[in-house]
Amino acid sequence: MATTKKYWKSTAQLDDSNEIVKNLEQNEFASPIPSDEFLGNDEAMESSSTSRRDFLKYVGFSTAAASLAACEGPVIYSVPYVNQPEQIIPGMANYYATTIANGYDFASILVKTREGRPIKIESNKEAMYRGHANARVHASVLSLYDNNRLKTPMIKGVESNWEEFDKQVGDQLSSLNGKELVVLAQTFASPSMNKIFSQLKARYSNVRVVTYDAVGEDAALAAFEARYGSRALADYDFTDAETIVSIGADFVGDWQGGGFDKGYAKSRVPKNGKMSQHIQYEANLSLSGSNADRRYPVTPTEQKNIIAALYSKIVGGGANVSLSDKVAKSVEQTAISLKRAGSKAVVLCGVPDQAAHQLTIAINEALRSTIVDTVSPIMTRQGNRKSVDALVKDMNAGKVGAIFIAGVDPVYSYNDSDAFAKALEKVSLRVSFASSMNATAEKCNYVATTPHFLESWGDTEIKKGHVYLTQPTINPIFKTRQLQDTLLKWSGSSQSFKDFLKETSKASGSSWNQSLQDGFYKTSVVVNDSEEEVEREVISNSAALSAMASAKKPSGYELTLYTKTGLGDGVMANNPWLQELPDPITRTTWDNYVTISQADAEKLGVVNENVANGALDGTYVTVTLDGVQRKLPALIQPGQAAGTIGIALGYGQTAAIQEEMQTGVNAYPFYKNGVAVQTVSVKDAGGTHEFACTQLQNTMMGRDIIRETDLETYRTGNKDNFNPMPEVSLNHVETPVTSPDVDLWESFDRSVGHHFNMSIDLNACTGCGACVIACHAENNVPVVGKTEVRKSRDMHWLRIDRYYSSEDSFEADEAKKDGFDGLFGDNGSLGGFGELEVPADNPQVAFQPVMCQHCNHAPCETVCPVAASSHGRQGQNHMAYNRCVGTRYCANNCPYKVRRFNWFLYNGNDEFDYHMNNDLGRMVINPDVTVRSRGVMEKCSLCMQMTQMTILEAKKDGRMIKDGEFATACSNACSSGAITFGDINDKESEIFKVKQQDRMYHLLEEVGTEPNVMYQVKVRNV
Amino acid sequence: MLAFVFVTLGSISVYGQDATTSDGEPAAPVEATSGGDAALGEALFKANCASCHKLYKKAVGPALFQVSQRHDREWLYSWVKNSTALIATGDAEAVAIYNEYNQSNMNAFPQLSNTDIDNIIAYTDTEKPKPTGPVVDAASTGSATGGSSISNNIILGALAVVLLLLVVLLIVVNKTLKRFAQANGIQTEFEEEERTPIWKAFVQNQFLVLVTSVFLLLASAYFAYGALMSVGVDQGYAPVQPIHYSHRIHAGSNEIDCKYCHSSARESKHSGIPSLNVCMNCHKSIGEVADATYQEGIDEYGIDYNKEIQKLYAATGWDSDEQKFVGEESPVRWVRIHNLPDLAYFNHAQHVTAGKIACQTCHGPVEEMEVMYQYSPLTMGWCINCHRETNVDLQGNGYYEQIHKELSEARGGRQLTIADLGGLECGKCHY
Repeated sequence: MATTKKYWKSTAQLDDSNEIVKNLEQNEFASPIPSDEFLGNDEAMESSSTSRRDFLKYVGFSTAAASLAACEGPVIYSVPYVNQPEQIIPGMANYYATTIANGYDFASILVKTREGRPIKIESNKEAMYRGHANARVHASVLSLYDNNRLKTPMIKGVESNWEEFDKQVGDQLSSLNGKELVVLAQTFASPSMNKIFSQLKARYSNVRVVTYDAVGEDAALAAFEARYGSRALADYDFTDAETIVSIGADFVGDWQGGGFDKGYAKSRVPKNGKMSQHIQYEANLSLSGSNADRRYPVTPTEQKNIIAALYSKIVGGGANVSLSDKVAKSVEQTAISLKRAGSKAVVLCGVPDQAAHQLTIAINEALRSTIVDTVSPIMTRQGNRKSVDALVKDMNAGKVGAIFIAGVDPVYSYNDSDAFAKALEKVSLRVSFASSMNATAEKCNYVATTPHFLESWGDTEIKKGHVYLTQPTINPIFKTRQLQDTLLKWSGSSQSFKDFLKETSKASGSSWNQSLQDGFYKTSVVVNDSEEEVEREVISNSAALSAMASAKKPSGYELTLYTKTGLGDGVMANNPWLQELPDPITRTTWDNYVTISQADAEKLGVVNENVANGALDGTYVTVTLDGVQRKLPALIQPGQAAGTIGIALGYGQTAAIQEEMQTGVNAYPFYKNGVAVQTVSVKDAGGTHEFACTQLQNTMMGRDIIRETDLETYRTGNKDNFNPMPEVSLNHVETPVTSPDVDLWESFDRSVGHHFNMSIDLNACTGCGACVIACHAENNVPVVGKTEVRKSRDMHWLRIDRYYSSEDSFEADEAKKDGFDGLFGDNGSLGGFGELEVPADNPQVAFQPVMCQHCNHAPCETVCPVAASSHGRQGQNHMAYNRCVGTRYCANNCPYKVRRFNWFLYNGNDEFDYHMNNDLGRMVINPDVTVRSRGVMEKCSLCMQMTQMTILEAKKDGRMIKDGEFATACSNACSSGAITFGDINDKESEIFKVKQQDRMYHLLEEVGTEPNVMYQVKVRNV
Repeated sequence: MLAFVFVTLGSISVYGQDATTSDGEPAAPVEATSGGDAALGEALFKANCASCHKLYKKAVGPALFQVSQRHDREWLYSWVKNSTALIATGDAEAVAIYNEYNQSNMNAFPQLSNTDIDNIIAYTDTEKPKPTGPVVDAASTGSATGGSSISNNIILGALAVVLLLLVVLLIVVNKTLKRFAQANGIQTEFEEEERTPIWKAFVQNQFLVLVTSVFLLLASAYFAYGALMSVGVDQGYAPVQPIHYSHRIHAGSNEIDCKYCHSSARESKHSGIPSLNVCMNCHKSIGEVADATYQEGIDEYGIDYNKEIQKLYAATGWDSDEQKFVGEESPVRWVRIHNLPDLAYFNHAQHVTAGKIACQTCHGPVEEMEVMYQYSPLTMGWCINCHRETNVDLQGNGYYEQIHKELSEARGGRQLTIADLGGLECGKCHY
């Protein structure tokens, strides 16, 4: 029987009169095929004398010609030195100790150079303090090869030379007529710089030095100075800390210049059943909050109240503080554990208010905290916002005859940049000391082009009594001259800065050669701090207490400005590595945005949703502060305190920034008076913004990916309680998956030679991202750009996964998953898993670095049709790029999703106009690692080139390899010591000991891949 | 009697020796004024003076030819023995020389006796061999060889004539015989019976056609494969270099160790093309090659070696007259001969220092190469074969000791190859 049943795709189809449906039914394609566009020009087609046959002939001939031409190999030239420097052996790396001091990041580092060009930054492990490089410092080597750097000094925007430059500026300087000469500079903390300033003052009568930090610490500096008499910041060593309480301070991140994570991580690894307890009160979810044992999302106002409450409980004073019950209870507990830990406890303050810092100092003193070091404080932040404000006034009043701007970009980073620019124009001689035509340099009539720090000399007293030296690692690439040389010349000295520096450092009684080799020297010579006159505000503790206790929540949203691990204050915004480094918390690249809580998002109508390919879209919001309005995309951030928002500084630069790198929105206009907390109004602005996130699944759904336990369970010492071995059923007997009885595979014999293993301690990993950048630099990992990242085509060999808990804790997630009963109902898995996908309002957070796990039973190897992926005796899973034909079977079969496919040629391709597309940028490429081509798979090699080099060095010397010699780029970069790497066939080695620990587990152990990378269970001290 | 015989024999032999020495002095020295021995002087000169002085040309120090006519002999004694002391006395002659040569001190030679110095002076009085000498030589050798070639030609020509005569003779004989035959009525031409031509027979034989075509196909496939596999293989590549550098002379005749110039081969992945300052270590004092070598270059290779050394001087900015660097350097753009693709990692130190492989194993008889060329194919198959076949020399290397012992036990005590040590794994060379 014939049926007249009509199948329909939408209800509109049932309506016969619907025009659209009719059209669609008649046309095969929904939209017209644009064939006419390339074939439609009939005239041109007909007038062409090329017939189809001719065309084929041309194709034939050109193919033949091309293949013939290809048979002739290119002639490659090799040009040796005429006089080879003694210490250079072509093909061997040299290392130099130097120091980065760019006004935001200060660290002692080692620079690896090959054939005279710096290619990688390493930590200077000899340095006692600040010898560890963060992600930005690791990436700073790429900024040396920045195509947008200025190549000569500039006079009124035109390239010039130094003779002309000196003459013109010298003429103008001699006709100042008593007007003031102002030096507006970054924090140098440099003994020699101070001497140069005094020489300048001797030469020109009316000189003022104003120190300006784009992201300043005025409140902390003022409080420290009020208490201890010098404008500096306390140092902290958390190694022995038992209780760490942080109120709004992201000390694992960039708080007060950062660099505290090394000691912190040490205190976090349980030893003899003990580890530190970390309690965090904060508004934005920061790195510190993510690592905390207990985290309370509170608004900045509440943070003030909490400090007052803690002060009353520990020091006394009995302030009347109104806090919500939950927070009040937590403060009580916190006070108890602070008192219990006594001198091993410390309170940190990130509230940008002098009173808050004063109270914190008082609390730490009352605790007699040994964690705080006020005797030898940190000198790397000295900026004074008030002097800068005064300077703007003076410039407007015409009091300033000349201004030298060094290392800072106030036209970009000053909150009222228009006012600054206008005032600047009233100064007749404006000299910018910059290495690129930044926003301020554009407004100056002279740009004294400065070299990169890797081409410069210098000294920096990072910590009082510890001076770190900067030495050039390459000849200046361009016609640049460093600030110090220029100032010395202009103050009438004929000495080069190198000699000047030598004299300065020798004056402290240290050996110049030794100091230069070490990268630092110690000195007891008291260096004059900046002689700047600072207006001191004195507040009594009781006044401070009542101010903090009575702080009331303002109407509107409380904005907390923060800096990202990637861009920091924005000095290195033209650095594609940093732009593509995912934010450790949001995992978003190439962007800044407003972070907002779920509750507020619902109130405002802000939506975040994933589109078909998983990429994240978000609506825009308008943020307004005193008439300053900015439209930014909003990202819903679990853990963000309700009523608060966060925006990252450092984005939205346009001057001297390549178009691709002009990302995000400049948030400095909100940084009023240099205070990071402001009250703003937020409105929904609609629209859709496309984010580029590298992680789209935010929760673990109760799965066994990151293993967690609490200190108490861990103390029981019973591994089954916190780190059980997965089991499978063999003949109805539960058998551990590592048992050979349930193994499908023949095992290799790896007992002879080296067998490399890597361990990642999830307790020590802070998620800082230094390893990611170090991996880029070592392994020539390409940058793919925002659109490609959005398509999940990022090339990072090493990623740091971040997971939120869906319930209050990961344990609760697991309990919930285990409690599922059936598909439907209250405990049904269908709805339950849906719920588990949504992060909690204040989730637990965990980080997990994941690279190729180098499985002994690697699933990728068995599926490769051309055997491009094979296994080495030393445990590494090899990837032969030249053998790969790009089937991508291996990536599909990899349970860890660590393989990356080269969808395009990323080097020498105008579509990917990053450092690998220009000769200057390519200088950073590591010559020992292949630059991959299009169509091949790539992945972590466990830094094969480094292990091979270590072995070769031993062979050359004819000796055994000692433990600690083997390293990878990531293990070298990990300042927190989370990554251990070595040879487990060496039974004395650290890695062998680590492998025997109770906390050791393998990722997805139940799959039976037997990885050579292991993890250590995360223990929380709740 | 016996004693007498011995003495006479001895004296004869002594006399004989003397005779040979004096006879064997080819370029007879100009009558030495004080009778020094030029031959002994030459040896002393080469041992002590030659690094700074030349006879007919200024080097670090002045040219010494006929130095005895320029200076008083007693003065020369004291100058040679301790020139610094002489200058210190304020001797005008000495100070003038001292200033002329950039106030550089000449080494003192207190160990030389006056007789030694006399001998040296005798040698310095040796006339320069006439510049026509070698040319005459060349001409004579040229004429000699030319003579022999001419005589060869004559012989060959004569032979050709004889052959031609024989051919003519044969034709004449043949004709005569035919004429005789015709005259006698003997049939000389036989009619051959009709046969299928061989190509037709071949075409008709299908089996043969099949076999041949299969053979042809296989052969062409073989050659096509060979041709394709040689794409990108530059074995024998011998590009013209900006300076004609002869490995034959340096590594061969002069036996300079490879790693004297290519020193980074011991330490680094690159063997390194020596920087020009390494060349100048020797070539500061070697501005010209020996005459015989020079002639060999002209004759055999068409290269003027002296001009090539001048190129080096131009590149390093060396002024050989002033004996100093003038600072105008222009690096030499050598054409690289051995080019591995970027995807392969090769380390010289691994092979040279750790593996104790001789350079010649891969680079061939470099010491015989006038023009350097790529000796080995540098293909992966070639690498792998060597890794499979070469037994490792692990003696005396502390790194290998334990690994070697354990591996050797695991392999039943046999000698280990690189393959046993993991030298065939992809990741060892490709990363």
